[in-house]
Amino acid sequence: MIDRAAWTDVVDRALARLRNLPGALMPILRAIQEELGYIPPEAVPVIAESLNLSRAEVHGVISFYHDFRSEPPGRHVLHVCRAESCQAVGAEALLAHACSRLGVELHGTSADGAVTLEPVYCLGNCALSPAVMIDRNLYGRMSEQRLDTLLETLETVA
Amino acid sequence: MTRVYVPRDSGAVSVGAEEVARSIATEAILRGLPVQLIRNGSRGLYWLEPFVEVETAAGRIAYGPVAQEDVPGLFTAGFLEGKPHRLLLGKPEALPYLARQERLTFERVGITDPLSVEDYEAHGGYRGLARAITLAPADIVEAVTQSGLRGRGGAAFPTGIKWKTALGAAADQKYVVCNADEGDSGTFSDRMVMEGDPLVLVEGMTIAGIAVGATRGYIYLRSEYPHALRALSRAIAAAYARGFLGPSVMGSAHAFDLEVRVGAGAYICGEETAMLDSLEGKRGMVRFKPPLPAIAGLFGKPTVINNVISFASVPIVLDRGAEFYRDYGMGRSRGTLPIQLAGNIKHGGLVEKAFGVTLRELVYDYGGGSRSGRPIRTVQVGGPLGAFIPESQFDLPLDYEAFAAVNAMVGHGGIVAFDDTVDMAAMARYAMEFCAIESCGKCTPCRIGSQRGVEVMDRVIAARDARDPAAAAASTGLLKDLCDTMVAGSLCALGGMAPFPVLSAIQHFPEDFGLPAAELAAAAG
Repeated sequence: MIDRAAWTDVVDRALARLRNLPGALMPILRAIQEELGYIPPEAVPVIAESLNLSRAEVHGVISFYHDFRSEPPGRHVLHVCRAESCQAVGAEALLAHACSRLGVELHGTSADGAVTLEPVYCLGNCALSPAVMIDRNLYGRMSEQRLDTLLETLETVA
Repeated sequence: MTRVYVPRDSGAVSVGAEEVARSIATEAILRGLPVQLIRNGSRGLYWLEPFVEVETAAGRIAYGPVAQEDVPGLFTAGFLEGKPHRLLLGKPEALPYLARQERLTFERVGITDPLSVEDYEAHGGYRGLARAITLAPADIVEAVTQSGLRGRGGAAFPTGIKWKTALGAAADQKYVVCNADEGDSGTFSDRMVMEGDPLVLVEGMTIAGIAVGATRGYIYLRSEYPHALRALSRAIAAAYARGFLGPSVMGSAHAFDLEVRVGAGAYICGEETAMLDSLEGKRGMVRFKPPLPAIAGLFGKPTVINNVISFASVPIVLDRGAEFYRDYGMGRSRGTLPIQLAGNIKHGGLVEKAFGVTLRELVYDYGGGSRSGRPIRTVQVGGPLGAFIPESQFDLPLDYEAFAAVNAMVGHGGIVAFDDTVDMAAMARYAMEFCAIESCGKCTPCRIGSQRGVEVMDRVIAARDARDPAAAAASTGLLKDLCDTMVAGSLCALGGMAPFPVLSAIQHFPEDFGLPAAELAAAAG
């Protein structure tokens, strides 16, 4: 867990830079999550006060969107697409393989803290299904073997 | 200096285009050969990606699919002069998949450098805007109306009528918003344009701004598209630098500013009013209509909202005239549609054709049948809210009205193929599950109904597997009632159309639902 000073700095900078935009809340939350990997619950009152919103409004937005997290993820995030196009070429089996290989359920983080597994509903790579995304990197025509290789590389680098 | 094109399209990158580009650069240096790498969009023949092209005296010559380890061999074979190699494909425009298309909206994708304004202009870019500046706003709107262009995001509402409403609304500020929340499975044409020809979207939105008197535009981009964000951001910066955006567009009296806003992973934000709430920094909740967004949209101001492909089709309408565009197509579906072939398909990719092409031509002539080699059992057209269409209806022409007549929809033109191993009851269950996950929660039939739909589908599947046709029929009957309630009682297309894949699966594939023989016969008859 990062200390208080570290997150307040990130939150203050995001607010200073973006708070005057029309509809500023989403860009602010994105900016905070991009730097910290999550939005600390302690930051909610700070954001709310700065934007003249209620805490409930800020919390409501954070909990509405699938992307926003209130807890830090693993060092890497693996998104496995489970939409129709990927299902047509074995996405459910690939997802089950990812779960058992990482020893997690959906939204879970592997015991070593390396990888968080998330489902995603379409990555727009449907001509090359099944697709996965690791951090910001997109991979197509994924197989169980190739996924294992990618995860091994990640874990040695991490 | 030989020009070599390696796509930066995220689909191409997902199968190794970055590694191929790096290897080509390295190999060229090692061999002392002058090579200029251009990172183009994808031509849309994804089974051949990474699709590498070389500019030779005889025109561009393609090789693919190129793996990193093929690169030294390509150099040795003399690919820089277009010489033979096992991966040689020849001239791209001569490949049947491309030669038989009618590329209007996609005319530059895969050909130009997406981030170069010079290249864009050299290939016909900004001619539509130049013409728009000489016209009165009402005449721009009239040209779009006359072209017959209908919203390509799925709802197929006439674009010109929407613009006319916004033009007629008096306000101190109006907005143009691009819906780039392309969330339907099996669709990727928005992404391909944003990565492969982002300036055409910028130009189309600028024309819309001038037409309706809006000075600010937003592109609402889904967060799953980081590559598109990079391309759009750079293209917008380049357009500002060259005076195509800003206080005086192309030296005219028109101002237009454009900004990208990124979503946060909510399918419902592809619904236009939920998207407006999200842009305003709120939960993406669907709004009541009226008021129409064209009257009271973003921040309560008149707002034109269109899909990426709709905006990207506008420059060509202005440049070559409404008649040119309208002459393509059939019935009330005018122009072309960028169709996306996906799922279990051999030749997945982008096929832009005039309306009227049949599913059979698309799935077999272009798509080459299934990737698995097994018979194709069904295709789902139009994303997760679109109907499953059986092989017996594959002669249906792609036309908004023809699809509506069989309770199907063209939607955003995504076609997902499934082979004969698909369990249609599982697909029906998934349609309900997806709706439950993505419902904004405003309407009870959608929020709760989809949850109950998952549970009823579990009972149907259990009854089927226990070979209890009476129980399967009882649960299926309940499911149909539930679908009626969702269709009739939901504000937007998510709850209102999620039942369509479910009902089409029951109608066309009752055997997967374990229904009694009598019902099977009735469904067949």
